[in-house]
Amino acid sequence: MSNKYSLRLRKFILAARAILIAQYSLMIEYRAEIVLWALSGLLPLIMLALWQESQSSISSIFSRDNLSRYFISAFIVRQFTAVWVMVTFEEDTIEGRMAPYLLQPIAPFWRYYLSHIAEQISRIPIVILMLIILILFSPNLFWMPGLKDVVMGLIAIYLAFSVRFMLHWNFSMLCFWTERSSSVERLLMIPYLFLSGLLAPIDSFPAFIKSFALFTPFPYILYYPSKIIAGLEVNTLSVLMTLLFWLTLFTCTGRLLWHFGLKRYSAMGS
Amino acid sequence: MWKLFQSIIIILKIFAKTSFSSEVEYRLNAFVELISVIGNLLGSIFILSLFYSSGSTLGGWEWNSSIVVLGIYIFLEGFIISLLQPSLTSLVKHVQNGTLDFILLKPMDTQFYLSSRSISPWGLPSIIGGFSLIIWGISLGSYNPTLIDLMMFLSTIVSSFIILYSLWFIIATTSIWFVKVWNATEVLRATLVAGRYPVSAYPSILRFLFTVILPITFLTTVPAQSVLGMSSISMTLSSLFLASIFFSISRIFWSFALRFYTSASS
Repeated sequence: MSNKYSLRLRKFILAARAILIAQYSLMIEYRAEIVLWALSGLLPLIMLALWQESQSSISSIFSRDNLSRYFISAFIVRQFTAVWVMVTFEEDTIEGRMAPYLLQPIAPFWRYYLSHIAEQISRIPIVILMLIILILFSPNLFWMPGLKDVVMGLIAIYLAFSVRFMLHWNFSMLCFWTERSSSVERLLMIPYLFLSGLLAPIDSFPAFIKSFALFTPFPYILYYPSKIIAGLEVNTLSVLMTLLFWLTLFTCTGRLLWHFGLKRYSAMGS
Repeated sequence: MWKLFQSIIIILKIFAKTSFSSEVEYRLNAFVELISVIGNLLGSIFILSLFYSSGSTLGGWEWNSSIVVLGIYIFLEGFIISLLQPSLTSLVKHVQNGTLDFILLKPMDTQFYLSSRSISPWGLPSIIGGFSLIIWGISLGSYNPTLIDLMMFLSTIVSSFIILYSLWFIIATTSIWFVKVWNATEVLRATLVAGRYPVSAYPSILRFLFTVILPITFLTTVPAQSVLGMSSISMTLSSLFLASIFFSISRIFWSFALRFYTSASS
C-alpha cells in the first residue's frame, strides 16, 4: 500500500518537474513580455511618490523611511504575487485545449500553478534590475533588511501568492458554467486594489474600514507580507497562520468546484 | 467632402451595431462591469479622501478639484474600454492570424477601419460614472465655469482622447514586428494610473517626466484646470498642438510599419 503511494508520489514529482522545466523555457522565450509585466507593476512606487509629498495623517503613523520601505516591499510582493490563471484557464477551456490536458498524468491544476512559479523565477533578475535602477536614482531609498525579515518575508510571499492563486482558481471554475468568466477577474481586482494596501497602508484607513478589510484575505496578500519584509512591527506568526487558514479554505472549495465543474465539462470544438 | 463624411457616419453606425449585438450576448459582463465601476468609484474616492485626512491637500489642489481630476481619469478609462481596447486587441489578432491581408484589401483607410471596427459597450458605466464625478466636483466648489471655460474643457478633453488613442495605436502598431504586444498596452495603462491625481502632487522629477515625456499632465490635469478656471488659452492651444503631433506620428508610424508587414502564413 505504502509502496503504491510512494510510486504515485514519484510519478507526480517527475511530471511536475517536467512541467516546471517546460514552462520555464517557455517563459524565457517570452522574457520581453515578462519585462513588460514587471513594468506594469510600478503602481506602489507611484503611490510612494504621492505619499511622500503628502502631509496627510499618514505621516504621523509612518516615518519617511518606513513609508518608503513599505512601498518598496509592496512593489516586490506585488511582483511575485501576480496571478493570471483566469485568463489562460478561460482560453484553454474555450479553445478546447483542456481536453488533452485532462489526459496527462498530472492534474491540470499543477500546469497552471507551476507555470506561475516558472514565471516568477524568470522575473527575479528583472525585479532585481528594477530595484537597482530605483536605488541608483534615489540612493536614500536603500535599506538593508534583516535576515529574519527576508526569510519570513519570502515564506509570506509564497503563501500570499498561493492564496491569491487559489482565490482566482476558484473563480476560474466559473468557466464550466459560463463563457467569459475572465471578466470576473476585473471584479476581483477592485477589492485587491483598495483593500490590500497597494494604494495606501491599511493603518491609514478609518477604523471601521480597516476592521472590515481584515476580515477579507486581501490585506494578507499584500499589506502584511510587505510589512514583514520592511521590518515594521507585525505579528509574523499570526499573519502566516491566517494565510494558511485562507489557503486551506480556498483549496477545499477549489477542489469541490473542480469536481462539480468537470462533470459539466464537454470539450468544445470536438 | 460631404459624401465622404456621410459614408463615414454610415460605416460607424454599422460597426457599432454589429459589435454591440455580439457583446450583448454576454450578459454576465454587463453586471460585472456595473459592479466593478461602482466599486472603483467608491474605492477611488476613499483613497483620495485619505490624502485630505488631516486638513492637508494634494499638491495644493482643493478636494473638489481633485474629484474633477479623478472624474476625468475614470471618464477616459471608459473611453479606453469602449473604443481603444477592443479595436487594438483585434489589430494584434489580425496580425497574428494573418487576416490583416483582407483588411488591407478593403477600399477604406486601414487605420480608420482598425480603430473603429470593434466597439464595446462596457465602457459606458465608466463614462457615465466619470462624468457624474466631474459634475459633482464642479458643484462642490464655488467656481462656476464660464462658456469659455467649457469650450476650453471640450477642446482639452478631445486632445486627451486623441493623445491616448495615438499612444495606443503606436503601441499596437509595433505588433507588426513583435507579435504579442498587448502587454505593452498594459504598461501604458499602468503608467497612466498616475493621471488619477493632479500632477502637482508628484515630486518634481516625476512632474517633469509626466509633462515632457509621457503626456499625463495633458490627459487629466489640464482638462480639469480648464473647467475649474485655472487654465489659459495658451495651455489649451498647446494641448491641441500636442494632440495633432501625436496623431500625425501614429499615422506616419502605421504606414511605415506596413512596409514591414509580411502575411502570417506565407
